[in-house]
Amino acid sequence: MKTLNELKDMQAKALEKLELKDGMRVLVGMATCGISAGARPVYETLKKEVEARGLKDIQVALTGCVGMCTYEPIVEVLEPGKKKVTYIHMDEEKAARVAASHLASGEPVAEYTVGGNLQTLEDLEFYKKQKRVVLRNCGLINPEDIGEYIARDGYQALAKALLEMTPAAVIDVMKASGLRGRGGAGFSTGLKWSFAAPNQADQKYIICNADEGDPGAFMDRSVLEGDPHAVLEAMAIGGYAIGASKGYIYVRAEYPVAVQRLKIAIDQAKELGLLGEKIFGTDFSFDIEIRLGAGAFVCGEETALIASIEGKRGMSRNKPPFPANKGLWGRPTVINNVETLANIAQIILNGADWFHSFGTEKSPGTKVFALAGKINQGGLVEVPMGITLREVIYEVGGGCPGGKAFKAVQTGGPSGGCITSANLDTPIDFDNLVAIGSMMGSGGMIVMDEDNCMVDIARFFLDFTVDESCGKCTPCREGTRRMLEVLHKITSGKGKPEDLDNLKELAENIRQTSLCALGQTAPNPVLSTIKHFEDEYRAHVSEGRCPAGVCRSFLKYEITDACKGCTLCARNCPTEAISGKVKEQHVIDPEKCIGCGACVNSCKFDAIIKKN
Amino acid sequence: MQDQCACGCNQIDPKDKRFAELKAFIDSLEGVPGITMPVLQEAQRIFGYLPLEVQKFIAENTGVPVAEIYGVATFYSQFNITPKGQHHIGVCLGTACYVKGAQAVMDKVAQELGVAVGETTPDGLFTLDATRCLGCCGLAPVMMIDDDVYGKLDDVSQIPKILAKYKG
Repeated sequence: MKTLNELKDMQAKALEKLELKDGMRVLVGMATCGISAGARPVYETLKKEVEARGLKDIQVALTGCVGMCTYEPIVEVLEPGKKKVTYIHMDEEKAARVAASHLASGEPVAEYTVGGNLQTLEDLEFYKKQKRVVLRNCGLINPEDIGEYIARDGYQALAKALLEMTPAAVIDVMKASGLRGRGGAGFSTGLKWSFAAPNQADQKYIICNADEGDPGAFMDRSVLEGDPHAVLEAMAIGGYAIGASKGYIYVRAEYPVAVQRLKIAIDQAKELGLLGEKIFGTDFSFDIEIRLGAGAFVCGEETALIASIEGKRGMSRNKPPFPANKGLWGRPTVINNVETLANIAQIILNGADWFHSFGTEKSPGTKVFALAGKINQGGLVEVPMGITLREVIYEVGGGCPGGKAFKAVQTGGPSGGCITSANLDTPIDFDNLVAIGSMMGSGGMIVMDEDNCMVDIARFFLDFTVDESCGKCTPCREGTRRMLEVLHKITSGKGKPEDLDNLKELAENIRQTSLCALGQTAPNPVLSTIKHFEDEYRAHVSEGRCPAGVCRSFLKYEITDACKGCTLCARNCPTEAISGKVKEQHVIDPEKCIGCGACVNSCKFDAIIKKN
Repeated sequence: MQDQCACGCNQIDPKDKRFAELKAFIDSLEGVPGITMPVLQEAQRIFGYLPLEVQKFIAENTGVPVAEIYGVATFYSQFNITPKGQHHIGVCLGTACYVKGAQAVMDKVAQELGVAVGETTPDGLFTLDATRCLGCCGLAPVMMIDDDVYGKLDDVSQIPKILAKYKG
């Protein structure tokens, strides 16, 4: 492919396939979450049935994440001139019936659709507040077919940049767009590029940071699985802007599907000459290589990531020098996160003003959140910046299940904090979240209800950071460990009131003296929970109870007279703490009981109660 | 074990064919900078883990000092320097799973197998690990056995049945 016209010809051809004139297009959501829920056999069944029945003009294709994890596996059937039909919770049997009824005879199976009445996902509140820029192709195109990406204006931004713009003009558009890094810190992408561009070197690098490590965040994985070319195209644009001819994608080894789709995408782009030598007949050449992580959270930090690609232990180093000046193998390097990159082709095509048309003044654009935890409709949601947390949790997510009371939402992963109901009306942007004691992070949003203990959650995050500290600097290596010990003391019932002051003092020191962002932000989950839930900490250290009923040392179980003497609890108890005769009320020996709750889960008569 | 050295030194036989396979991979990367991680990943795929003799072999064939190889192999949690069980169980302890009861899942699996986190059952069948977020939070709590994902494990009493599938 040498010219824009060739690209447009190819687009026209690919569009014919996407915009059906007759026949049907059957899309099966096959991102990791869909596959985990059982999408692969559904896909195979549909393909087999279509073939066995000799159905013509029916394409069965896989697609990326539709975003609605709770409904997976999802199958969508598109037909020209008709409303889309969305099947949810599919399995092989249902797929066979859909093939027989809908695909063969044109009669949708209403009972398998949303609400059982042919609603589509777009009819749901879940989608109404969403604005899809980053995820615009996810769930629509087949990520393993470059033609479908090209049909959706793919690689036209690269053509525009190479053929109509100077590198400086590209950087100017990026600066004017106000796009801020979606990996967490929110630094201006245009500025980052402008730091690397003037540096003279024999080689510069663009790195895509796909080491999405924050527990509960999976938007980068979804982009890579659903729209990998958007990332490749943006990396090439970035390479042109800063003068780099080589790109690396550093991706977590935990994401095998994403890695596979990236490999396919790179091969297809190379085949068409959209990556490689002299792209679009210009002097610009660009090549991309994939490097896998090996399970180290710290490698999401840019200097640690660079060390890892170089083949070393993933340990961070002091900045400056910043990677834009001295990065990979000492050369100028720009590192952008997946979601950041997925915005770039759209910005080049539509302009900076378009990007400012949604979001807030200082945080334009959208943000993808992975909504999970105690929420009715979790999943991947892309909303304009400036939307309130309340809108996301209650209108998009539908609130907490089971009528439980909302307690807090955790954003920013192990570096972030908990936000309480008092701040739910804060418009979401980079600066506001920091102001209320949390941070954007990569976009994990974990909702917690009254059954979650905030001290236990703080301990959980500290456990994570202690494990993931690279060990290079003392405050992070030793300090977080000491904090974790204190939290263990508190959650196991041995805490003292002065422990809270010790925690705060340690936290402040670690925050100020750690080498990299991992250590500097590690105390945040503790500080924010102490700030908002001091009562709960006090209950642990002064009153000897865990109000949420989570911390085992404080728990007591009792068997009520609802017990039928079925012996199931006694058989499930790991410490043989339950005794009693068949058909008689059983009793728990508090000395032997470790508070695991296995008995409660096994009881069919709700006869075992938990006492805080 | 069949792959032991004939002299009884408990090491992998240096004539084991797998070394040739690894050597071919290393040779294919000639001229590529920063190959330590890809080579270790391939070595682990071939051998299942990274015993010292494999690390030494890599050092000899890449020119990277064995101390550095060992440093990298022990830094990243996915590299194992001891053998793992036939089936790998990873209970996700990501935040979303944790708030939905992953600890109870972990406790149940540990109780069923009689091993602690990070340990392998004496029969070499299962290794139990806590994993980082698997990214299918919509199915929380989740565990993985080899490449199979088991979601919505709120009711831990289904776990023995799941484990039984791998015992036969």
